[in-house]
Amino acid sequence: MDFLRPASWEEALAAKAEHPTAVPIAGGTDVMVEINFDHRRPEYLMDLTRIGDLYEWEVGRDTVRLGASVPYATIMEQLRPELPGLALASHTVASPQIRNRGGVGGNLGTASPAGDAHPALLAAGAEVEVESVRGSRRIPVDDFYTGVKRNALAPDELIRAVHIRKADGPQQYSKVGTRNAMVIAVCAFGLALHPQTRTVRTGIGSAAPTPVRAKAAEDFLNAALEEGGFWDNGKIITPSVAKQFADLCAAACNPIDDVRGTASYRRHAVGVMARRTLTWTWESYRGAHRTTEGAA
Amino acid sequence: MRVNFTVNGRPQQADDVWEGESLLYVLRERLGLPGSKNACEQGECGSCTVRLDGVPVCSCLVAAGQAEGREVVTVEGLADFARQRACGSDGTGGVCGTSLDEARAWQARGTDSQAGGNVELSPVQQAFIDAGAVQCGFCTPGLLVAADEMLERNPSPSDADIREALSGNLCRCTGYEKIMDAVRLAAARQSEGV
Repeated sequence: MDFLRPASWEEALAAKAEHPTAVPIAGGTDVMVEINFDHRRPEYLMDLTRIGDLYEWEVGRDTVRLGASVPYATIMEQLRPELPGLALASHTVASPQIRNRGGVGGNLGTASPAGDAHPALLAAGAEVEVESVRGSRRIPVDDFYTGVKRNALAPDELIRAVHIRKADGPQQYSKVGTRNAMVIAVCAFGLALHPQTRTVRTGIGSAAPTPVRAKAAEDFLNAALEEGGFWDNGKIITPSVAKQFADLCAAACNPIDDVRGTASYRRHAVGVMARRTLTWTWESYRGAHRTTEGAA
Repeated sequence: MRVNFTVNGRPQQADDVWEGESLLYVLRERLGLPGSKNACEQGECGSCTVRLDGVPVCSCLVAAGQAEGREVVTVEGLADFARQRACGSDGTGGVCGTSLDEARAWQARGTDSQAGGNVELSPVQQAFIDAGAVQCGFCTPGLLVAADEMLERNPSPSDADIREALSGNLCRCTGYEKIMDAVRLAAARQSEGV
């Protein structure tokens, strides 16, 4: 095994072009587990922790450009106002020790259906900035996950950053596990209200071969909210609408039975989380709505 | 490969390090510092917790080469680290840090213990002894490093803060209650300046 230690992003791209089998390592919270257990013996291990750029973030007008290695702990502490869904998701990652090292770039690189960040990224709307010596491109996060632990990266590409839409409304994240810390999701659900476009977006984790959005549920809810004038009148969402939304979210799952839970439990739990996160975010939206009206 | 890094305030060098080796392995097997414990090797248990550039991490998940040029504090250096912090030392002047020989010879001797108890403990270590938070002792080093870091950041933690800060450290003996007592005790003593 060779240990590659690029000092800059350009060096890293050159090294990855020369050695496409090189395994990038940043926080190491996935890669080192595989090496410790001898599940993986890469020819080249490429340390990305010397590249300062990957630990930086910029808050733009509409998006946050989040460096691939920004640790979850930093997202929780620094980016909660802009990325509330991702901050909540980050807080459910493992333990403080892991959150100090791991970041979203690694979650995307591993592309496990159980990765905690994915539902939040899907719900907020995000693009993955990847680069190789051939050039840079942005992959919509919806198209990034291509299979169980597979993603749209070419062998010579590295993940540089994630561009995540800044929240324009309330966001929520919910995860089912046997305890609060150190737990792989049995299933997870992210939901974001986007009042500017009058849309709702979702993300489901650990209940299909890849993280997915519940698009039929979103379409149904968007139409129902529009038709009922909910965005303007700020009324409580009709229970039948919430139930239909929850059922459609459960139907968007394609889960398996495994040691963490059964497929039918996962479907059920996703429905429950969908209804709850919708209620939480909508109540928060209504609260803000009423405040605005009162002030006017 | 060779890895150069600072351990407990002193520059150290490890040779013949395999590229896939963990920082934990280098500490235990190459530097002779077995205080950081090797249990799950997958970041679940926290018994290998060390400070890497001040940040608590699972040393089993840090590739040895990633520690190059960085600063590591292990449980063996915790007493000295805490003492320097209390004195407001920046750790650059005079004789500081813990040498490898000292670290290897380090034993937890509380002020209540019998003969030869002249090795000082950090406040959190003393509190673990006084509160009876140590049973088999395997998880203790990781808990000490994690608890010490929390008290540095948050001098008057709530119970929820303590539980969260220690949520990555498993203990199968104590049921955690005595550990909670110990951290509360350390925080109370810290605030009284004892």
